[in-house]
Amino acid sequence: MIEFTDVVKSYSVGTQALRGVSMQIEDGEFAFLVGPSGSGKSTIIKLITGELRPTSGTVHVNGYSLERIRRREIPYMRRTVGVVFQDFRLIENKTVYENAAFVMRAIGAKEQEIRERVPYVLNLVGLETKSRRHPGELSGGEQQRLAIARALVNNPSTIIADEPTGNLDPARSLEIMSLLMEINNLGTTMLVVTHEKELVERFPKRVIAISDGKIVSDGMDGYSFYEN
Amino acid sequence: MKEGIRGIFLHGFMSFAAVCVTVACLLIVGSFAALSYNLSIMVNDLNKTNEVIVYINSDLSQSEAQSIGTVINLVDNVYQAKFVSREEALEGFVADHEGDDAFAGVEASDLRHRFVVTLEDNKMMEQTVEELGKIEGVANITASFELAEGFTTLQNVLHIASGAVILILLVVSLIIISNTVKLAMYDRREEISIMKMVGATNGFIRLPFVVEGFTLGMVAAGAAFGLEWLLYDWILGKIQALDTLQLFQSFVPFKQLLLPMIATFFAAGLFVGIFGSWTSIRKFMDV
Repeated sequence: MIEFTDVVKSYSVGTQALRGVSMQIEDGEFAFLVGPSGSGKSTIIKLITGELRPTSGTVHVNGYSLERIRRREIPYMRRTVGVVFQDFRLIENKTVYENAAFVMRAIGAKEQEIRERVPYVLNLVGLETKSRRHPGELSGGEQQRLAIARALVNNPSTIIADEPTGNLDPARSLEIMSLLMEINNLGTTMLVVTHEKELVERFPKRVIAISDGKIVSDGMDGYSFYEN
Repeated sequence: MKEGIRGIFLHGFMSFAAVCVTVACLLIVGSFAALSYNLSIMVNDLNKTNEVIVYINSDLSQSEAQSIGTVINLVDNVYQAKFVSREEALEGFVADHEGDDAFAGVEASDLRHRFVVTLEDNKMMEQTVEELGKIEGVANITASFELAEGFTTLQNVLHIASGAVILILLVVSLIIISNTVKLAMYDRREEISIMKMVGATNGFIRLPFVVEGFTLGMVAAGAAFGLEWLLYDWILGKIQALDTLQLFQSFVPFKQLLLPMIATFFAAGLFVGIFGSWTSIRKFMDV
């Protein structure tokens, strides 16, 4: 579960990125986070992943209180959250299999587990036949599928997708969204950050709209409210 | 461990660059250290040629005079005391003044038995001469304090200069190597940030890089040591083949430098590899 209570985040330069944000995303829920550039979306993601601490208020992610988490606990909290980036952030000199296996090794998984889990996840995202290829040999959609596989491979309870379709054409965007829905149906909490109106309208899910550091709407009609 | 070794091959060019820079730096530092060690030995040898002459009372017989050698050898800082009889002294005297009529009538009885004394440390020549003067049967002592002082100054200058140059070379090498390692790390910042985002602990992230740094440091130390050995032997061979470089004939063979060189190279390789990767990775860990 993700829970923000009256969260304020100010940066040292004086910018106030969040001004009293409160929201709750339950386990297994699917939600969109929408808002214009500079509205505070990235700050919310950074607070969830523990890259930033709130100036005031409380942030709870999967049982961890991030406003007072110890530094050495952050890696363990991060293992409960998978992140998908707009620019994929794949390692070019590793194969598809190695890109996924590498993040399991990074948390000390055994080789036997890796050999079982990686093919399962690659199969889930439809890349089982391309496991020996390198990211440069994949299409944009396939690269994002691999990024999703990488986020999924350590079996996190939550996935944060930061503009996952930002670099893809409409057809590939729909594919990726459908894949994220499928993963959500398997029980993974999903928070998708996007500004693509068509995508949000196509998948009728909860929409949290943020503007100027405040939540301006939260519900099934969030995006239309935000547009007005 | 496996990730560290795998990393070396995955990032072949950067690994190669880091090894090359480390080898070059170690070679420069090692060569200069070997040169300054040999120069120090040369100056020390030259120093030993500065002798103190201890003249014995003329009323003592040769055997009585010779027996004083035991006492002289017991004096602190005396390296060697070589007895020279009147007769031997005369031979030298005649040879030195051949053709000079003024010294034609000089006989052995006009000269004294003497000891030619070399010292361990010419810096303490004055105190040693004072001690020698207290020995019963010693009539007079001649010593070149100015020459001893000159050698001491030369040795001091050599020590300070070589120490400073080695230190500067080491610092420059460390900066170059550290920057090369940083470049290698920069090349892999994405990898590090992904590891951080998926929940790898700092220790877990560092370990492969430190193993990699250690391995590269050891490879560089081994290569630099081998090259240093070849280079040293080659230069020594060239020097020994030239009659005009007699002064440098006292250069020690590389085998005499083997242990300190191995220890220094591998310690430096280890330090540079581990310290370089440990400190360079810090700036990429702050995610």
